[in-house]
Amino acid sequence: MDLLRVKIWRGGESGGFATYDVPRQGDQTVLDVVTYIQRQLEPSLAYRFACRVGMCGSCAMTVNGVARWTCRTHVAKVEIDGGLEIAPLRNLPVIKDLVADMREFFGKWKKARGHFVATATRRDEFARISPETPQRKAADAAIECIGCGVCYASCDTVSWNPEYLGPAALNRAWTLFNDVRDGARAERLQDVAGDAGCQGCHTHLSCGERCPKRLQPTAAIAGLKRATALAAMRGKL
Amino acid sequence: MSARREALLWLAQRASAMLLAACVLLHLATMVYAVRSGLSAAAILGRTGGNLAWAAAYATFVLAVAVHAPLGLRSVCTEWFGWRGRAWDAAFLGFGLLLALAGWRAVWGVFQ
Ligand code: SF4
Ligand code: SF4
Ligand code: FES
Repeated sequence: MDLLRVKIWRGGESGGFATYDVPRQGDQTVLDVVTYIQRQLEPSLAYRFACRVGMCGSCAMTVNGVARWTCRTHVAKVEIDGGLEIAPLRNLPVIKDLVADMREFFGKWKKARGHFVATATRRDEFARISPETPQRKAADAAIECIGCGVCYASCDTVSWNPEYLGPAALNRAWTLFNDVRDGARAERLQDVAGDAGCQGCHTHLSCGERCPKRLQPTAAIAGLKRATALAAMRGKL
Repeated sequence: MSARREALLWLAQRASAMLLAACVLLHLATMVYAVRSGLSAAAILGRTGGNLAWAAAYATFVLAVAVHAPLGLRSVCTEWFGWRGRAWDAAFLGFGLLLALAGWRAVWGVFQ
């Protein structure tokens, strides 16, 4: 039987890799491999997943050094000489094994005012937003984020500056900045300006390179840089 | 307030970068011209002396450097060494002023 040699991170911040042999199968995903190990070889292995179809964003891990969504990553695409090394996401504290603590990541979405601030009630008419307006197009281009944290784990600026809000939170702020129905767009700009915000980004492009949804947080952040600079010049920041 | 300051500093760095790009090209062209025409130091000084357009261009060059370099250094130092805060900002400002003064002094020396 064809075997995969799989190294998996065990433990918390300090720990080490344990090695398991997993039978290869056609169209096997990395998540299939981890699930096999947990069900057949190592019941105490901790990891996260939910949808298995690339929607929930919970299954991201570091696979052979690169952050990926594991449910949609085929083993054949990433194995090196029949080997896989699977670790928790970078730039986040490790809870146990493959489970990273996402609180910091989502806490930063909050700091970037990553929630919609309604200006109408359910009794009002529906807002009519033409999909052709530049603002809606900008929001649409960035809206499909599943919150997987792959970009955050791939961003060196996050490693260097722990305060940096990171690509996903800023990308989210950009979609809301372009949502004309939102009632806190000026306040949000205030939240995302500065060294810990959009001005901290070095345009490395790792986020867009790695984002499984093929979003370009870098472009969103560049938009925020322009918007905050403009607001600052007008004295509105 | 600090958000505003950071946004404006970012803008200053971008604007000075654009200015620098133009100045560097101008500087390269000037150097290539001087070398190709085999101008001696005295001949160069003869042309720059009293030349207001030359002095203005190089004074702008110095200004762009004095704005751009300290801001870049500041980013590097905050990220690599965690040097942030008012005292460090004052130090970077001082570095910028030093660059500006030294540069303008040199321009003045060649212009005279
Ligand atoms: S482009 Fe910006 S957000 Fe994206 S990886 Fe680079 S520094 Fe991080
Ligand atoms: S921007 Fe992409 S990589 Fe980042 S959290 Fe969203 S989907 Fe994941
Ligand atoms: S399990 Fe939901 S995205 Fe992978």
